[in-house]
Amino acid sequence: MSAPDLLVVRGLVAGYGAAPVLRAVDLTVAAGTIAAVVGANGAGKTTLLRALSGMIRPAAGQVVLAGEDLRGTPVEQLVRRGMAHVPEGRGVISELTVDENLRLGGLWRRDRADAGRALDEVYELFEPLARRRRHLGHQLSGGERQMLALGRALVGRPRLLLLDEPSLGLAPRVVARTMALLRQLRDRTGLTVLLVEQNVRSALAVADQGVVMSLGQVVIAAPAARLRDDVDLRHAYLGF
Amino acid sequence: MDRFVFLTVDGLSRGAVYAAFALALVLIWRAARVVNFAQGAMAVAAAYVAYSVSAATGSYWLGFGVAIVAGLLLGAVVDRVVMRHVDHASPLNPVIVALGLVLLIQAVLGMVYGNEFRPAEAPFGRSALTVGGVAVLSPYDLFVFATIGVVVSGLAWMFARTPVGLRMRAAAFAPEVSRLLGVNVGGMLTLGWALASGVGALAAMLVIPTELGLHPHAMDLVFVSAFTAAVVGGLDSPPGAVVGGLVVGLLLSYVSGYAGSDLTPLAVLVLLLAVLLVRPGGLFAPVAARRV
Repeated sequence: MSAPDLLVVRGLVAGYGAAPVLRAVDLTVAAGTIAAVVGANGAGKTTLLRALSGMIRPAAGQVVLAGEDLRGTPVEQLVRRGMAHVPEGRGVISELTVDENLRLGGLWRRDRADAGRALDEVYELFEPLARRRRHLGHQLSGGERQMLALGRALVGRPRLLLLDEPSLGLAPRVVARTMALLRQLRDRTGLTVLLVEQNVRSALAVADQGVVMSLGQVVIAAPAARLRDDVDLRHAYLGF
Repeated sequence: MDRFVFLTVDGLSRGAVYAAFALALVLIWRAARVVNFAQGAMAVAAAYVAYSVSAATGSYWLGFGVAIVAGLLLGAVVDRVVMRHVDHASPLNPVIVALGLVLLIQAVLGMVYGNEFRPAEAPFGRSALTVGGVAVLSPYDLFVFATIGVVVSGLAWMFARTPVGLRMRAAAFAPEVSRLLGVNVGGMLTLGWALASGVGALAAMLVIPTELGLHPHAMDLVFVSAFTAAVVGGLDSPPGAVVGGLVVGLLLSYVSGYAGSDLTPLAVLVLLLAVLLVRPGGLFAPVAARRV
């Protein structure tokens, strides 16, 4: 991979109390690729995403996005630097309509005309949302909610998309469609994706790079195809 | 029948003020999950500013405008300097702090202006115009209805139709997600406090001339009625606050007209109790939305 690194993480330490959940995480994600972070429950995958997007303050370490050190950047500014975080449970605001949720994703943008175009593109991409513009968030199915959360992130035209457990609670067909969409976005728009997954197989199937976490550290980062196909590696790090 | 018409109009006029004051309570409750018990004292403070300005310049309307601005600023200051630093771990903490603010504001007002009633000027006549022999509305009632109508519809339009309204709703419903989407949640909270306090100041300016006059405690009873109105409508529902305000205004007017004004404080409490027993979420409680 010769593409420049969009995201560089060095020695990231973060957690919620005295004991850190992340213990010196190092990670790089090349521009225009999909990286999948996998690992057991409690390995620190969600905490990693939350530390990257500033939802929790890292105790130590460095996060560099497109050459810019993000230390001390307030959460609400990160979206302006090109980072979009779709949180666990996806964060659709139930009390707002589909249209309001989507527009919210582009409100920060100065270029109103392009924010409007991005909104139209999302409605084209997710046709079911276009039919339910005026429905409230809590009236949507699980699959529609995921479309909404993803679409809302895309309205901001991010460079880096952080996705927390996109397959959680969804039918396999919906998961497959989501993964295909991520690949399509990568190829068409050069979107870079860092996704965290419990579902190792589907994550490694879509990803360019696989990152295995255990007990708050990255134990191996390798091309996803290698992790998928090398039986020894799979046994050693993924347990199947 | 004449009396009934009169009491109804009078009740709606007072109810409009309660509605505005209840709406202010709901705005802060939705944004910050705090019942602002200091709202009455804050509104009175703004009214005293108006009193000083009007006394110095001789212009009622200049004082009126300054009162609204003072209300907006006071709301922002109370949020930034006091409420933002209160630990919300127990819902009781902000309540105690708000009650402390009441004591502080009323004490300061008493020191500066004295604890006596001062006459408050009304910009329009308060004697009712008669239509076909029936006393209906005073010009002042019309002024109250028009002002509150404009403010309430303006707020409704702002929340439903403007980007800043969308940001404020999002920040109130889902602060964490909103920050991820680039919303300045802290700023929206301050704006919510400012707007609520501005509406409170407006309500005080409208109601004080119809009462005994300006006094550090002038809004205490209005606060109780407005709080009841907000609970009747459901603390989470702005339309509920407006309807609740009108209901409480009518109830108090009928009780005081037909049963004697001594009974009105009791009537408010009975209504509050009845609503809490039968529909604790208020009449306009939204269908519980599943949190996702």
